[in-house]
Amino acid sequence: MAGNQTDWWKDIYKALKEHDVRQVAYVPDAGHTDLIDACHDDNEMTAIVHTTEEEGVALLSGAWLGGARGVLLMQSSGVGNCINMLSLIQTCRFPFATFVTMRGQWHEFNPWQTHMGQGTEPALANAGCIVETVEDPEDVGAQASATLHRAFVGGQATALLLHQRLVPIKSFGK
Amino acid sequence: MANMQRAENFPLHRRDVAKRLAEAGGADLLIVTGLGSTNWDFTAAGDRDLTFPLWGAMGGAVPLALGLALAKPDRRVLVATGDGEMLMGLGSLATVAIQAPHNLAIAVFDNERYGETGMQPTATAYSADLAAAALACGIETAGTVRTEDELTEAIPDLVEKPGPIFYVIKVQAEPLDFILPPKDGVYLKNRFRRALLGTDGIL
Repeated sequence: MAGNQTDWWKDIYKALKEHDVRQVAYVPDAGHTDLIDACHDDNEMTAIVHTTEEEGVALLSGAWLGGARGVLLMQSSGVGNCINMLSLIQTCRFPFATFVTMRGQWHEFNPWQTHMGQGTEPALANAGCIVETVEDPEDVGAQASATLHRAFVGGQATALLLHQRLVPIKSFGK
Repeated sequence: MANMQRAENFPLHRRDVAKRLAEAGGADLLIVTGLGSTNWDFTAAGDRDLTFPLWGAMGGAVPLALGLALAKPDRRVLVATGDGEMLMGLGSLATVAIQAPHNLAIAVFDNERYGETGMQPTATAYSADLAAAALACGIETAGTVRTEDELTEAIPDLVEKPGPIFYVIKVQAEPLDFILPPKDGVYLKNRFRRALLGTDGIL
């Protein structure tokens, strides 16, 4: 278990390794910065930057067809971009795991983030994903492992929402 | 203004192009087809376990094929899709260029129409040039095929030249019969994985 409040990403990385995740699709978010860097540095993983999050949903489906496990890293605003593509996951019953850094929940400076942030959980649930939220940095590793197990052993579509209190407060200097 | 006449006079026929690509690629080729007409074209060429036809997920054909190509670097992957489907996922060409998979080829069957919805013109009937977009994104082997001779040159590139490869194939806007592949997504997934990965693929 990682030792301080901002090292929880290391527990997600450890869970990705333990579950043999090979493709890491992402559209960047500040909260995922260190994890994305670690995935790029890992020779056993391919980290794929996408122009929109829905590409990542399709990419992971193709990875599974080829026998590889992958995950999607994104922020809550990206969930809205994925909705129709998630029908691919449901129709074909592809395993699916996403880790979503949340906006619009906790000391949000930017009101333009709030609508999608507040809509993230119901949108994912309506699209057929099992949704869990983690707020305690000490619990991130266990929740990440359970998310990956639910996807790749249980064959489900699943999302772990990383509560905004896990990431530093963004204030644009104000 | 959209040019609604020219595509009716393109010399290449999509069903013939699909048949020739499937034959040139052989039994080991992994094929992903985008929703709509390319599904029917490749089903007419012969339904097979190692073809994954998308019945939805518009804009997803190229990124899905990219994930497959990265997962199976020792196997050739061909994605065949339409101009409308490609336009919805245009950003994925930038994504492909970054990953530069040597085993991925993209063929866009471009009839300059949304074929399933009433043959409305797509952006390629106006001014959009998909091959130029692919080149601009950084896919170095990209071009547009308009004639029989150009097709004969492009087919070997699509099935064996180190990728990523991107060709727009201008095909005639023509009415054709629906030749439908299976549409049960779980079945399509499982038959593909069993054929590619063996029995373990469906356990």
